Amino acid sequence: MANPTARSFLQVAATEEVASPLRVVQIEGLAILKIIKHCKEFSPALVTGQLLGLDVGSVLEVTNCFPFPIREEDEENEAEGANYQLDMMKCLREVNVDNNTVGWYQSTLLGSFQTVELIETFMNYQENIRRCVCIIYDPSRSSQGVLALKALKLSDSFMDLYRTNNFTGEKLREKNLSWVDIFEEIPIKVSNSALISAFMTDLEGDAPVTQCDYDRLQLSTNPFMERNMDFLIECMDDLSMEQQKFQFYYRSLSRQQAQQQAWLQKRRAENASRKAAGEEPLPEEDPSNPVFKPVPEPSRLDSFLITNQIANYCNQINGVAGQNFSKLYLMKALHEN
Amino acid sequence: MAPSEQTVLQFGPSSATLSAKVHPLVIFNICDYYVRRPDQAERVIGTLLGSISPDGVIEILNSYAVPHSESSGQVALDIEYHHNMLLSHLKVNPKEVIVGWYSTGLGVTGGSALIHEFYSREVSNPVHLTVDTGFENGKGTIKAYVSVNLSLGDRQLAAQFQEIPLDRRMVEAEQVGYDILKTTSVDKLPNDLEGMEASIERLLALIDDVYKYVDNVVEGHVEPDNSIGRFISETVSSLPKLSPSAFDKLVNNSLQDNMLLLYLSSITRTQLGLAEKLNTAAQIL
Repeated sequence: MANPTARSFLQVAATEEVASPLRVVQIEGLAILKIIKHCKEFSPALVTGQLLGLDVGSVLEVTNCFPFPIREEDEENEAEGANYQLDMMKCLREVNVDNNTVGWYQSTLLGSFQTVELIETFMNYQENIRRCVCIIYDPSRSSQGVLALKALKLSDSFMDLYRTNNFTGEKLREKNLSWVDIFEEIPIKVSNSALISAFMTDLEGDAPVTQCDYDRLQLSTNPFMERNMDFLIECMDDLSMEQQKFQFYYRSLSRQQAQQQAWLQKRRAENASRKAAGEEPLPEEDPSNPVFKPVPEPSRLDSFLITNQIANYCNQINGVAGQNFSKLYLMKALHEN
Repeated sequence: MAPSEQTVLQFGPSSATLSAKVHPLVIFNICDYYVRRPDQAERVIGTLLGSISPDGVIEILNSYAVPHSESSGQVALDIEYHHNMLLSHLKVNPKEVIVGWYSTGLGVTGGSALIHEFYSREVSNPVHLTVDTGFENGKGTIKAYVSVNLSLGDRQLAAQFQEIPLDRRMVEAEQVGYDILKTTSVDKLPNDLEGMEASIERLLALIDDVYKYVDNVVEGHVEPDNSIGRFISETVSSLPKLSPSAFDKLVNNSLQDNMLLLYLSSITRTQLGLAEKLNTAAQIL
């Protein structure tokens, strides 16, 4: 936490002007444990909570967090939720916790978090906080000895596009934005205070084996893989639905263009005959004609998100399959011995 | 109680069956608050939340800090704060109730009795957890106490803090991995394969250790220990006995399953890449 190069306030004030890009999210072990506790206790229900911390240059420090109660689908509770949040912040400030919101965390099931809601929440946060981050924790994967913690933010170019709500193919090409560019994953650093580090070292000597190792060497990953595949297949279905929408759009677009051409030719022929008869030519464009009404292009956001999901599932499958290979070879070697 | 007129000097209900389990989060919380304690505060206190199982095991699952001030035998506790925070916590997790309170420092000090009395009104027989953040005896001592009343007849004379066994449950911390909780800074979280590698390396080292031990015993360098021998033979016999062909079949099948999955996921990815190019690049007009 101590900055090796001491800076004067003037320098700090001067550098503040240029917003350096967010490079690292530094989480305290305390926040990690709190997130894990909250997410695990309520799993498989999905829960959220607020992250508190400081924004220091290109590092976003997450020093504490608090959980949100499970939201009920009720308008009245909205105000209550806001009150809860305020109360909590006030209380935490009194005990000298950084009470600066830097984002939120949420649990997920097998990494199925890329939804429109997430983007909306993000945009809401972004309005108030210049730099915020979303921490995603997957309790289902922790049973395999993986600390499935991810820090995400929306990319700037995507946010611009989302504000204008313009997801046509043309705009996307212009911005050169593909589905990979919606979310940016930010590397996570973990920090602990010296006191905690001392306590952990004192309480737990170097144990030769930990729960983590047992979980990792667990051979039965099939249920996990199966569910992953299930989700993947579902997503594929969704994606093909989206594709059908596009195909439909293109078909109607080309039909319309054909109609436009036909109308134009007719008009031109008419104009030629009017010219021959010495009359004024009719205008070649007629906005009132239904043929010229543009066909609305479906938004590509959904298909982008689904694509992201699929990519995520593929990554998970690859990761787990990789682990399985090593485990199987290990088993083989053990057996041969 | 004797029905006669005589008064009896006795301790309150015995707490022999009580024991406590503390989760790592609580210790983290306490340390964090201690690091952030107000100026000139010597110790910090807070409320412990958790559950009490019927067999007398108190599980301390969560905690929050409560501001207080202490001066020459007087203790001021922010009761309003305590109640606000409790309500907020109950909203999130109604199952966690007050089980006691914590304080930093080694052992019980003078003001503790007063605070303990306050918590006795919140919950019957609260636990008092002390965490020695000052490392006064060179160790991070964590102890749990309950109070036992010394009474003369119906009159309360004094309260005595009695230590109860404390179990530090580190399973959750283990799942996160000590490696990231022990040091002051870790640059990168281990991913799937790196974690696997570390685990396998550790396993190999353990197997090596066992080999060495067995060799030493066989050669007579080390006194044989029957209990270790039993453990080893149990471990070895826990491997399922399969004929080589059956085992090969099992392994190969699993390998092929995994291969298929990998293949499928790669094909999906290729498909995604293609679809993206087609969707954005080529457009009629």
